[in-house]
Amino acid sequence: MDRRVVITGMGIVSPIGCGVETYERALMDGVCGIGPITRFDTADFKVKVAAEVKDDFDPLKYLSKIEVKKMDRFTRYAMAAACEAAEQSGIVGNVDPAEFGVYYGSGIGGFETFVEEHDTLLSRGPGRVSPMFIPKMIGNIAAGQIAIRFGAKGPCICITTACATGTGAIGEAYRAIRHGYCEAAVAGGAEATIHPLAVAGFQNMTALSLSADPMRASIPFDKERGGFVMGEGAGALILESYDHAVARGAEILAEVAGYGSTCDAHHITAPDPEAEASGRAFSQAMKEAGYTGDDVVYINAHGTGTPLNDVTETNAVKRAFGEDAHKVHISSTKSMTGHMLGAAGAAEAIAAVFALRSGVIPPTIHYEVPDPECDLDYTPNKAVKADPTLALSSSLGFGGHNSVIALRKI
Amino acid sequence: MTTFEKIRAIIADKSGEDEENITPETEYTDLGIDSLTIVEILMDIEDEFGVTVEAANAGKTVGDLVAKVEEEAK
Repeated sequence: MDRRVVITGMGIVSPIGCGVETYERALMDGVCGIGPITRFDTADFKVKVAAEVKDDFDPLKYLSKIEVKKMDRFTRYAMAAACEAAEQSGIVGNVDPAEFGVYYGSGIGGFETFVEEHDTLLSRGPGRVSPMFIPKMIGNIAAGQIAIRFGAKGPCICITTACATGTGAIGEAYRAIRHGYCEAAVAGGAEATIHPLAVAGFQNMTALSLSADPMRASIPFDKERGGFVMGEGAGALILESYDHAVARGAEILAEVAGYGSTCDAHHITAPDPEAEASGRAFSQAMKEAGYTGDDVVYINAHGTGTPLNDVTETNAVKRAFGEDAHKVHISSTKSMTGHMLGAAGAAEAIAAVFALRSGVIPPTIHYEVPDPECDLDYTPNKAVKADPTLALSSSLGFGGHNSVIALRKI
Repeated sequence: MTTFEKIRAIIADKSGEDEENITPETEYTDLGIDSLTIVEILMDIEDEFGVTVEAANAGKTVGDLVAKVEEEAK
């Protein structure tokens, strides 16, 4: 049983704005969400900037006061994104609860909560560690809270594949609906790790840009790129079988038409420079989506801005598209949002939907110095009207996880 | 501060509710407080008053808790 799967709702909490309308405008205008870190003093850190979610995020828009207290920041972001997506789709109450799934992840989970409660253990002893610690911190709790909010009693699965989390969650939800395990699902990911311990860890593995200039920190595919910029937030999409969406008269935003999922099996953090497995993830998604040479293709690249990622991903696209790779429109919206880690794939899938619907490719901003090893069309600095017929969104995660989803207009 | 005021401050902190919205008649369920949050509140009460109240004896309202703490503190 292979069914068509469509997107009927989207929601976002991002460093360039909350809510899909604000986010789309910011993406197309090339707004940069990166600035000096405000959450903690960076005096002793080599890293100085991050892409923080700003004050336009109001947790009380969708949560009660006590829910805010009982949820880690990553779950608050997740709930806001999921509620926005559900409102847009009108799915709640219009699907059999047993047919309503949740495929929602986080790269890490309740990082701030973990550290706070560890501090409590040291300062006040084991008898004062909060009974809320475990259910607030565990990485799957965003999925559980979303299911509780919407009464979703179908499959409820947490995907944790580092930076590929969001894309993997959408891909797995797509397969579940395609193959008849549920009619609809909330899919996506959330992350909130702009915390001194996490920044120190990423910094010391030399993954992060050390540029203090927000305009030259997240510069994917640029020869001077030196690492990614920590972002945060959440993205959520409502996926639904085509027949179900049509039967209830839902507005269809795009079709999820393919998914590729592979592993490098190479190194814990470095991508395999041969790009065999990552290239194959692209090929799988394209093939399932019925790619032909006549398609106008947009790729919302993983494009983290680390020296290794961007050249590897360029090679993966070349493996998948061959000579046609030079015709593909590519951009990394991480140049604007920073790297939202477990939320990135969901945020970028939403960007890809915008590109399909408006025909406009969001740019890779702050692109200045071409790299001979990254020689494709990265849509530098200005949005381009290209009317793509097929959009891919790729994510490559620590652990070697490669996930690519393919989207089409409908 | 009275016992009620101290307990109200603890409950406000754990529930996120403003203090002026918490009265002796307020029920835990009005504030969304469940059994896990009750345990959190009782931990702070133990630190504040030096008395141990079991979750099962915390009653239904803020006033019930104030009475229990005052009884235990005697």
